[in-house]
Amino acid sequence: MTEALTLNKITSQKGISIGEATRLIADLGWTPSYVQDAMAIPTDYKISKPPRDPMKQVLRSYFPMQEEKDNRVYGALDAALRGDMFRNVEPRWIEWMKLFLAIIPFPEISAARAMAPLGQLAPGDHLRTGFTMQMVDEFRHSTIQMNLKKWYMENYIDPAGFDITEKAFGKCAATTIGRQFGEAFLTGDAITASNIYLQVAAETAFTNTLFVAMPSEAARNGDYALPTVFLSVQSDESRHIGNGHSMLMSVLKEPDNHLLLERDIRYSFWQNHMFVDAMIGTIIEYGTKNRDKNKESYAELWHRWIFEDYYRTYMLPLEKYGIKIHHDDVHEAFDSIVKKGYVHKVAQSISAGWWANFWRIEAQTERDFEWFEAKYPGWYDEFGAWWENYEKLSKPGSEIITFADTGYVFPHRCWSSLVPCVVREDFCVDEVDGELFTYASEVDRWTHKEAFAAEYQGRPTPAMGRFSGRRQWEEVYDGWDLADAIVDMGFVRPDGKTLIAQPHMSFEEKDMWTLDHVRGHPIRSPLLALRELKPEARAKHVEDYRKGFKIRRI
Amino acid sequence: MSGRVMEQEQRSAAARAKTFPGSDSRAYNYFEPKGRRATHYEDVTVDVQPDPERYLLQNWIMSFGDGTPTYSKEWTALKSSDWHLYRAPDQEWERTHYQRQSTICGMIKNVTDNARRAGAPRRFDKAWVKILQDHLGAFKHAEYGLGTALMRAQRYGYTQMVNNAILTNSSYKLRLAQDLTLYLGEIALDIEGFDVDAGKRNWLENPIWQKARELVESARGAEDFLEQYFIVNVLFEPLVGELFRSGFVMQVAATQNDYSSPAVISAAEADYERNLANTVELFATLVRDPAHGEDNRRLLQDWFDKYSPIATQAALDLQPIWSQPQVKSAQFAESYASAINRLQAIVSEIGVFSTQIPMPELQVAEPVE
Repeated sequence: MTEALTLNKITSQKGISIGEATRLIADLGWTPSYVQDAMAIPTDYKISKPPRDPMKQVLRSYFPMQEEKDNRVYGALDAALRGDMFRNVEPRWIEWMKLFLAIIPFPEISAARAMAPLGQLAPGDHLRTGFTMQMVDEFRHSTIQMNLKKWYMENYIDPAGFDITEKAFGKCAATTIGRQFGEAFLTGDAITASNIYLQVAAETAFTNTLFVAMPSEAARNGDYALPTVFLSVQSDESRHIGNGHSMLMSVLKEPDNHLLLERDIRYSFWQNHMFVDAMIGTIIEYGTKNRDKNKESYAELWHRWIFEDYYRTYMLPLEKYGIKIHHDDVHEAFDSIVKKGYVHKVAQSISAGWWANFWRIEAQTERDFEWFEAKYPGWYDEFGAWWENYEKLSKPGSEIITFADTGYVFPHRCWSSLVPCVVREDFCVDEVDGELFTYASEVDRWTHKEAFAAEYQGRPTPAMGRFSGRRQWEEVYDGWDLADAIVDMGFVRPDGKTLIAQPHMSFEEKDMWTLDHVRGHPIRSPLLALRELKPEARAKHVEDYRKGFKIRRI
Repeated sequence: MSGRVMEQEQRSAAARAKTFPGSDSRAYNYFEPKGRRATHYEDVTVDVQPDPERYLLQNWIMSFGDGTPTYSKEWTALKSSDWHLYRAPDQEWERTHYQRQSTICGMIKNVTDNARRAGAPRRFDKAWVKILQDHLGAFKHAEYGLGTALMRAQRYGYTQMVNNAILTNSSYKLRLAQDLTLYLGEIALDIEGFDVDAGKRNWLENPIWQKARELVESARGAEDFLEQYFIVNVLFEPLVGELFRSGFVMQVAATQNDYSSPAVISAAEADYERNLANTVELFATLVRDPAHGEDNRRLLQDWFDKYSPIATQAALDLQPIWSQPQVKSAQFAESYASAINRLQAIVSEIGVFSTQIPMPELQVAEPVE
């Protein structure tokens, strides 16, 4: 019996092999002899071994593949509208997208910019195609996410907050954390920022919770758009992980780099944990209406994606190359989520300052309590009263929960991660250049005082970045009235008086808070207040802060 | 029944299900569109990269070891009263970029596959084959060098609009470098003795290409990212890139029995039209700047004076290539005159100067047998 003919067999012809294609493309570069290349972003690392390209993909297959992925994304968005997705979507979920999608396009485009130094610093040209694809990928991610946000704004019941999105990103107390996350991709030592922090930690480990776990939760809340866009985004990440690993292997070859690698892997893992787990943990656990007890909690997701997949199969093997891995940090990060309520306490702190936001946060209710208690035994005892109070105080004219007599102590902000110091027992302070700073944990203290300095363990590190600017939002508005700060940020609806943020999900005008409801309360920077204290009083304050608090029902 | 409908209407989270303050605020309202309404490009691009002038309440919160912030205006000597005004005329965002790049990739694949299937490369004139091998092979390195220079440059602009325009320019250049590499690698399968490595040797050693290489290395070597952008699109492209692509390959190839090479390289001409529009708009805006216009114009003139001798010499050095085909269907003098006219039009449009660029006397090259 003869073999059936196929069109492919009739039309196929011998082409250039993938190996030969990538060899020729890698040979496009040369060592300049007339003019030396411009300076790259500086690094303290030595890099002499050319990184290899693990993907061996060329641009002529990349662009059509990406166009096809785009077609599916945009087709799905059209289908979601035809299917009336917004009729059934959970507003609680979409409100949190105002925060998430305000943050994420900036880190994405920062990653595109980060390909500039990596392309220059990588010896040889083998990985240039990989960096090129990643640069264009990140441009894709940034603009496709801006498009998604515009789509929500046009079709969701309450567009307020989406309409000011990039302005809000620059001004909000919560998005400060996202700005730290994104700026860290491209500022300071080029290898620290763009390869270890961005590629080895963010891309390889934490995009799984960002872009895989979160879309699953979106789908449970009737939002099919976010999974469509973000799983398409995530499908690009394997290339970036490959770039990061290849560059890491190149850097590893130099024993002189090992001390810096130990520093940077430690810094990057911890700071990614602080940001991603704060934001994504909160959105997944508190932005959902789905309380299926069979689904994984954020802690379980974290264990699967970060502990099992990343720590055990990516970080641990680095030890055989002589890199010291801080196992205790990984365990501590997991403990902070499972035992110390990190995610719950971040959610509590964001809701405590709901008026400073540009999205709505509604109270958790009985159904939520039951799920939390099942997944995190002891949750109700610690957090139940807070959310019951929150609901009671959600009507306009109520006392603002921040200032109500609940026992809640407004948190300090960590100088390194910029996340509020919510795990009270881990709170610490230190002096750098004669000034007092507050930190969420010992690793955060180390990050500022030791890692981000001009010298590390006796070794000069001139390329390392610095923390700068007016890092603490509370310091900017210290002494301001709440209402004035809200107006200054522009977090007011077009009528000039109704707040964009609301502590509930009612769309009735009569239920909405206005500037008049929040006026009369001053903002105080906890750090400035602490610095004003005498040494004994400071020590007492720190000791009391570390003891934590118990919420009273009102 | 009506009660259920009411209940469903109240539960709907769709636009216009309720009216309340802000419920009709359905456009990004934090930037001024260039036209009457924001374009899609503006919506997905403007202000994504913030700065202290536009919304960074707390300023940049990280800096380099020397105190330079995450983005700095000091990364170019050009000054602007407002860097945020610039919009790229090509309005490129991710979807349009992939659509365009993918269409080009498909076009080149079809042309190459069909030409090879028809046995076309074997019918190329022998002298032409050597030109493709040596000179188109050398030229692909120039395109690669420009793409890598722009990949660096896209880090340093003060706004998203500037950086994204440079990013897509880099993407186009690097795609073209790969297009040419793979095209030559594939026709080499059909042409006995075709040396795919000869192009690099010519790029590195052949005197014909050395000034072009110096110009490309100047683009890679300039510390000022807009100086890089200027060298690429104001000088290299009209004087060397278009000269070689349009002024030679696209005019000459057909008479050497080659219909595929012009098609492969033609995409670059359309790429350049878009990148040129972006470049002219940016530099013209800076020259028209009410506070810094004259200083900017002088700096662009300085860059022109510094690099145009290299660029014009690079162009003149290519002249022998026009003599190498068996059938001569293009004159270097005509192509060069077109290149100079193009350069003249670009610098006039930007506003660098409007005086005539001198046209050197050209010797008519002897035909090579």
